[in-house]
Amino acid sequence: MGVEGIGARVVRKEDKRFITGKGRYVDDIKLTGMSHAYFVRSPHAHAKVKGIDSSAALKMPGVVAVLTGKQLVDDKVGNLICGWAITSKDGSPMKMGAWPAMAPETVRFVGQAVAVVIAESKNLARDAAEAVVVDYEELPAVADMHAAIKAGAPQLHPEAPGNQVYDWVIGDEGATDAAFAKAANVVKLDVTNNRLAPNAMEPRAAIADYDAAEEHFTLYTTSQNPHVARLVLSAFYNIAPEHKLRVIAPDVGGGFGSKIFIYPEEMVALWASKKVGRPVKWTGDRTEAFLTDAHGRDHVTHAEMAFDANNKITGLKVKTYANFGAYMSLFSSSVPTYLYATLLSGQYNIPAIHAEVIGVYTNTTPVDAYRGAGRPEASYLIERLMETAARQLKVDPAQLRRTNFITQFPHQTPVIMAYDTGDFNASLDAAMKAIDYAGFPARKAKAKADGKLRGLGVSCYIEACGIAPSKAVGSLGAGVGLWESAEVRVNPVGTIEILTGSHSHGQGHETTFCQLVADRLGIPISQVSIVHGDTDKVQFGMGTYGSRSAAVGLTAILKAMEKMESKAKKIAAHALEASEADIVIENGEFKVTGTDKAIALPMVALAAYTAHNLPDGMEPGLKESAFYDPTNFTFPAGAYICELEVDPGTGKTSFVNFVAADDFGRLINPMIVEGQVHGGLVQGIGQALLEHAIYDANGQPVTASFMDYAMPRADDVPSFNLSHTTTLCPGNPLGIKGCGEAGAIGASAAVINAITDAIGKNNLEMPATPDRVWRTIHAA
Amino acid sequence: MSTVKLTVNGKAVAVDVEDRTLLVQLLRDHLNLTGTHVGCDTSQCGACVVHMDGRAVKSCTMLAGQADGASITTIEGIAKGDELHPMQAAFRDNHGLQCGYCTPGMIMSAIDIVQRHGGQLDEATVRQELEGNICRCTGYHNIVKAVLDAAGRMKVAQAAE
Repeated sequence: MGVEGIGARVVRKEDKRFITGKGRYVDDIKLTGMSHAYFVRSPHAHAKVKGIDSSAALKMPGVVAVLTGKQLVDDKVGNLICGWAITSKDGSPMKMGAWPAMAPETVRFVGQAVAVVIAESKNLARDAAEAVVVDYEELPAVADMHAAIKAGAPQLHPEAPGNQVYDWVIGDEGATDAAFAKAANVVKLDVTNNRLAPNAMEPRAAIADYDAAEEHFTLYTTSQNPHVARLVLSAFYNIAPEHKLRVIAPDVGGGFGSKIFIYPEEMVALWASKKVGRPVKWTGDRTEAFLTDAHGRDHVTHAEMAFDANNKITGLKVKTYANFGAYMSLFSSSVPTYLYATLLSGQYNIPAIHAEVIGVYTNTTPVDAYRGAGRPEASYLIERLMETAARQLKVDPAQLRRTNFITQFPHQTPVIMAYDTGDFNASLDAAMKAIDYAGFPARKAKAKADGKLRGLGVSCYIEACGIAPSKAVGSLGAGVGLWESAEVRVNPVGTIEILTGSHSHGQGHETTFCQLVADRLGIPISQVSIVHGDTDKVQFGMGTYGSRSAAVGLTAILKAMEKMESKAKKIAAHALEASEADIVIENGEFKVTGTDKAIALPMVALAAYTAHNLPDGMEPGLKESAFYDPTNFTFPAGAYICELEVDPGTGKTSFVNFVAADDFGRLINPMIVEGQVHGGLVQGIGQALLEHAIYDANGQPVTASFMDYAMPRADDVPSFNLSHTTTLCPGNPLGIKGCGEAGAIGASAAVINAITDAIGKNNLEMPATPDRVWRTIHAA
Repeated sequence: MSTVKLTVNGKAVAVDVEDRTLLVQLLRDHLNLTGTHVGCDTSQCGACVVHMDGRAVKSCTMLAGQADGASITTIEGIAKGDELHPMQAAFRDNHGLQCGYCTPGMIMSAIDIVQRHGGQLDEATVRQELEGNICRCTGYHNIVKAVLDAAGRMKVAQAAE
């Protein structure tokens, strides 16, 4: 593997700029003549906009313009769209309510923009925004899903009667009913998957710069997928044709899904830049992030699992209500359907599954993909069900899982997914060994003697990552292809630039992608640079989400490398007067195998560009590109076990140990993989113990700052004990499965299973705050 | 408008600012020291932490005028030329950062923690002391490792001086 090759714990190349304060995030950029935007946002969850009086604001110092939703409509800027079409069980298409970037007539959630002030500074823009007078006529609002679908509930969109987005089903209802009819035991569970705010530490930001002479826009923005942003802004929002719109996503301070989507603020900044003839900068504050960044999760589910007399699962029935908020965000429709219900088989042989998902509009912030996106909801449900079943059937929870594990691959589940490989017993073995599962009863007894309630919780997750074959996702309604692209440029002096459509916003691509090149060519990673995040530099690409950058993005680089190497070998063979088949690449040299004849990479590159002596008919240059479209999703899986103590006097939970055994296939850089797991685990633990985006009954957000929304802090969480088991993914040549979301998918069930084990009561909703745990302990 | 005179990273500066200007705005907007970040506006996340007269402060929660006459050190001012501060090196070596946004504030807080506790740091203390700095990427595991590692390095460096 070499010291910097695949599998090496290489420290990150990108770190130097971040640890010295030289990162370049959107808000760090200043353009000449730049003006500043501040949005006027609705304080009401549901209201008619009767009129907007900007006259006082326009007279204030430094104000350049006040622009409203009506002007946006007049200029034919398109409404926001949802890019994944879902069909209801009755054959009707999903019901998409119109979402203008600034509301001309009706606001449907607190924080929705109605106007924007452009001024010489952010402070002046904010001052003037306070002077914009909006005449609202308040309408009844509804924030709770069950209230929203009741007859007589306030209606959000004329397009969606009963506030229903869709009523979608998957699986074989007849076969599932038959399984339940014959069941020896049925286990039932109601769970709420709490709404979360993603909270990347860098708030969203945008700088739009219109060049009137060239009729060309440049947008600097906090995006996980700048090319997708350009495509959507161009094709659907009529901002500019793609060749007249450059989107740059420089250093981006975390995404977790929330920076996939194209939001109103970027659209308005672009449009406003042309309107005022100056660059326009908008930087959100934290409360704006809580109000307008797409939230995650928010499901209410009833599930039933049927078992035969041998504790084998025979069927699963699920009915889920999924909160969409006030509008359909870009990929919202896919999250509670194809990213959720297709994973309901978990790690288990389940012959029959039927799931129904009802999407509901409410007067709340739109909900979309957040780290894991549908898969945490599925995994939490299945793993809570397994634990509940073990308690009800009085069997060991680990053993009940083993009884039902899928052990033969490939395995076709009843809900679309075909698992390619895995070894679920191996990861459970590793986790049980790491936590000393056998020794737990003695530890529990000792804790009891000390007045503490000790619990152990298992969670065996599986996820579908890569978000993959374009043909497959297209057949399920996706509006885009989900391949990735790469270009390998070998410069005339032998240094290498890799252009990738993946985007790094913390994942470390600038290091790991170089490691592949170092591995193949035997050159130091300092000779390689990764170019990403700029539509003018990089060929079209799909961006980073769904744990796809290594499995899909890096494989595209591999494909381009293979093409480049093939040409370079021909050049080397020609120069060395050898057969191409005898050329091997080692330590940056092209060698004739079995001889001491060799030519160094820089000389091959130089030969390619001088073109003085190339094989007959060969084009000059050494640059190759590839598009890679996988053949299947990848299926990372693993086992997490959490051991904790609950103080019965306060309901407070304290971690004793948290072990994670993951199978991600091949690891490029184990140090970076571990970092991804740590971060994901804490987001999962945050959901289980702390985080909850709450609205009151009228749609007023109660948690819109870090003062109210409990982010996990260093002393809320433990250090982790990680290990890996490995089955290589057969779906891509590197054998990679992806590691970005696993922690967030598997952790929450382990925590709740442990707390409910500790307190001896099974019904406990997330977040399991001390108050909630205490009440559960002491409930009659 | 007022003129605020202060020393930033060892250099004396005088800046004319609106009275309501926050210290972080002075650093970022007037002095182009964009390594100091704003993550929450409510003094919770610590992305804006700098040192004022050797103590960690949240620069989003004080007026620039309150720093008049003070000596401010930002993330840009802790390395000695190309030689990283031991805390910076420890964050890199322990993979204590991912997206990098909270990192400058984390490093500035962590230096303050080590300076206040000397060699008496353990994991629980570091975790408790990092209460005012939020990271969404790392899950804190490697940040805690980095701070403990740096505490050792800083002790060695101090002993050598």
